[in-house]
Amino acid sequence: MAVAARKAGRAGAGAANKTTSTKGSTRGAAPNSPQFDKNQDLSAYNEMLLIRRFEEKSGQMYGMGLIGGFCHLYIGQEAVVVGMQMATKEGDQVITGYRDHGHMLACGMDAKGVMAELTGRRGGLSKGKGGSMHMFSKEKHFYGGHGIVGAQVSLGTGIAFANHYRENGNVCLTYFGDGAANQGQVYESFNMAQLWKLPVVYVIENNRYAMGTSVSRASAQTDFSKRGVSFGIPGEQVDGMDIRAVYAAGQRAIEHARSGKGPYILEMQTYRYRGHSMSDPAKYRTKDEVARMREEHDPIEQVRRRLLESWKLSEDELKAIDSRVREIVNEAAEFATHDPEPDPSELYTDILL
Amino acid sequence: MAIDILMPALSPTMEQGKLAKWLKKEGDQVKPGDVLAEIETDKATMEVEAIDEGVLAKILVSDGTDNVAVNTPIAILAGEGEDVSAASSAKAPTVPAPETQSAPTPDMQAEGMADRPAPVELPGQAGLSTPAAPSVISSRASYDAMAEIPEGTELVNMTVREALRDAMAEEMRKDQNVLVMGEEVAEYQGAYKVTQGLLQEFGAKRVIDTPITEHGFAGVGVGAAFTGLRPIVEFMTFNFAMQAIDQIINSAAKTLYMSGGQLGAPIVFRGPNGAAARVGAQHSHDYAAWYSNVPGLKVIAPYTAADAKGLLKSAIRDPNPIVFLENEILYGQSFPVPKLDDFTVPIGKARIHREGKDVTIVSFSIGMTYALKAAQELEKEGIDAEVIDLRTIRPMDTDTIVASVMKTGRCITVEEGFPQSGVGAEIAMRVMENAFDYLDAPVIRITGKDVPMPYAANLEKLALPNVAEVVQAAKAVCYR
Repeated sequence: MAVAARKAGRAGAGAANKTTSTKGSTRGAAPNSPQFDKNQDLSAYNEMLLIRRFEEKSGQMYGMGLIGGFCHLYIGQEAVVVGMQMATKEGDQVITGYRDHGHMLACGMDAKGVMAELTGRRGGLSKGKGGSMHMFSKEKHFYGGHGIVGAQVSLGTGIAFANHYRENGNVCLTYFGDGAANQGQVYESFNMAQLWKLPVVYVIENNRYAMGTSVSRASAQTDFSKRGVSFGIPGEQVDGMDIRAVYAAGQRAIEHARSGKGPYILEMQTYRYRGHSMSDPAKYRTKDEVARMREEHDPIEQVRRRLLESWKLSEDELKAIDSRVREIVNEAAEFATHDPEPDPSELYTDILL
Repeated sequence: MAIDILMPALSPTMEQGKLAKWLKKEGDQVKPGDVLAEIETDKATMEVEAIDEGVLAKILVSDGTDNVAVNTPIAILAGEGEDVSAASSAKAPTVPAPETQSAPTPDMQAEGMADRPAPVELPGQAGLSTPAAPSVISSRASYDAMAEIPEGTELVNMTVREALRDAMAEEMRKDQNVLVMGEEVAEYQGAYKVTQGLLQEFGAKRVIDTPITEHGFAGVGVGAAFTGLRPIVEFMTFNFAMQAIDQIINSAAKTLYMSGGQLGAPIVFRGPNGAAARVGAQHSHDYAAWYSNVPGLKVIAPYTAADAKGLLKSAIRDPNPIVFLENEILYGQSFPVPKLDDFTVPIGKARIHREGKDVTIVSFSIGMTYALKAAQELEKEGIDAEVIDLRTIRPMDTDTIVASVMKTGRCITVEEGFPQSGVGAEIAMRVMENAFDYLDAPVIRITGKDVPMPYAANLEKLALPNVAEVVQAAKAVCYR
């Protein structure tokens, strides 16, 4: 509870983003609450709502037995990936761990293909052979979808290495959680990234719990923005429930990486409403804590309020967005329910080229 | 349209649970994300959230009901503008899929999933049976490695070390995407001098000294390979690659399959493997069998300098992740290498190093030294041994082994690795599967002993295979 209260207090106070730099702050203080124009808010609302509704549908389909195995939902964390994606340019890559549906949708991957992969069908993005944790799209520059906690950090650093090698000006956004942040290869990667000035932004999605272990029970240094200090990698703590803060921090971090200054760490302070995976006893946190986050800091609700109050959209207009999003999700679910399973002959394909 | 709210499953194995509590009552307006009810099993509790907007028209399963089967309708949600009473009196809802459910497969039963709805089956899709694995035997004819070198080609003596270096240099000249990274590969010129001169020719951008950070740089290499670069990742020894084996197997080997064929990793992991001399247990492990266990990898372990060069060039060009196992003791040995502009050796083809008719000896890498010396000894005793150098461990050239065994009727294997689940065990199995009727004696495997490598000179010698053991085994299968 103490953790949650602190978190809630910080987010509620709209605290300024804090920059950690080994040589003292190299920039002026980050703006308190960067503003979005109407189009940005609209776009953010659309994208986040799509993820929210998609994930709710996934949870439902899991409950119906249409999705098997593991299924890690992104509900609550939508502002992180959508805000970061708004700060990228064409060609920038994304790689993440297993809580990846939101990242794929934000990268523009087809909702039908994602959902059909969740149900293990031939129309899935990996032909039904990858599952919830393993989808990829070269076209959308999405490199997975990795199930070994922390492995994507080295891989993302390698993608950044390739950008550097090719001098193509692209930046790799490498996402991982507060749990993965304690893996050894993360620091091996930090070291090489800073040593070689690789264009990579490490986005630590701190949702307060590594599975069921709270940050304070697993981490000696709970300020994840400082995890790069001994390598000289600058970092910031960002209110990951406020998409404007995410976007602004994303722009700073990506610009830093793109300009040849090397890696940058963003600790996104966020929250997952659902369990770690679908079978989660939820004994490690109180319902109050979850409820308070949903009621007071919901990333979508924040934008919705702005759309109504600042941009004077009507409830009907929002409802229209809602039904469009729902239509996409329902269509995806429909496809994923009726698309056939992979042909048995697929068992022995795609092992080697 | 009325929507049924179904009893959800918390896990794939859950079949029923308790509807602990309703948090909404009939007539309540609900919106997506609202928690409707709590369900419980002996393991966990879970909240049932509304997916759709509407009015909770009717609760079908009341608070505190035990043993509610998964997918049972527990409530009815009336859509916007819909008559609640009409919705609540609607007929019992249908659950997608189960109606067309086929009989559970044994696998499903074993997993406790028998009651889970099967995916919707389309006509013509019934009766899933496991397709046969691609045959490991194609022609039952041995591969003619002599044809790799055109007649009249000039041969020059060079060490395995030089051959490997030349292979990398030639491929780096051809393709800007090829680079070398690893510990001490650049300024130090290679811990075993395999990368000697590469920094001078190709510069620090393409010949990269890494920190001592195997797990990290293996992952960096795989990530770079995902984008189409062709990294050659050198491990100072494969013993250290244990730190990186997750990236080699989980990231490099599996991604092509997991991506449905979209994303592969054209990468070569190379370095010395197996025992050197007097370096103790942690620096002497032979990993050939380990990597050969993994679909999605190719595993190469050459013996001669010519094969080292030709196979390394092929490995660098190959679009798949490759584990290229060298041997420290072989680095300094010289062999004739064809003097050709672009000499390559195909991956997956064994070479008959010495033809014979009485017994087949299958080996690879440094194991070949024992096999060849034994063949000389056997010749003195009137036994004409055929020695096959596997060269590639995976995919294994079963054709060449089987064709030879059909001729000789006898087979022994030689490797420095451990016996259990070793390469020899695999060869013996393939011979049994494909040439059982041709065998005149059981296959014998000669391996390193089943102990961590000792340091003491006498014990180390005992732990490794020796020529006498090979000779003895060959005689045994010939009943001599």
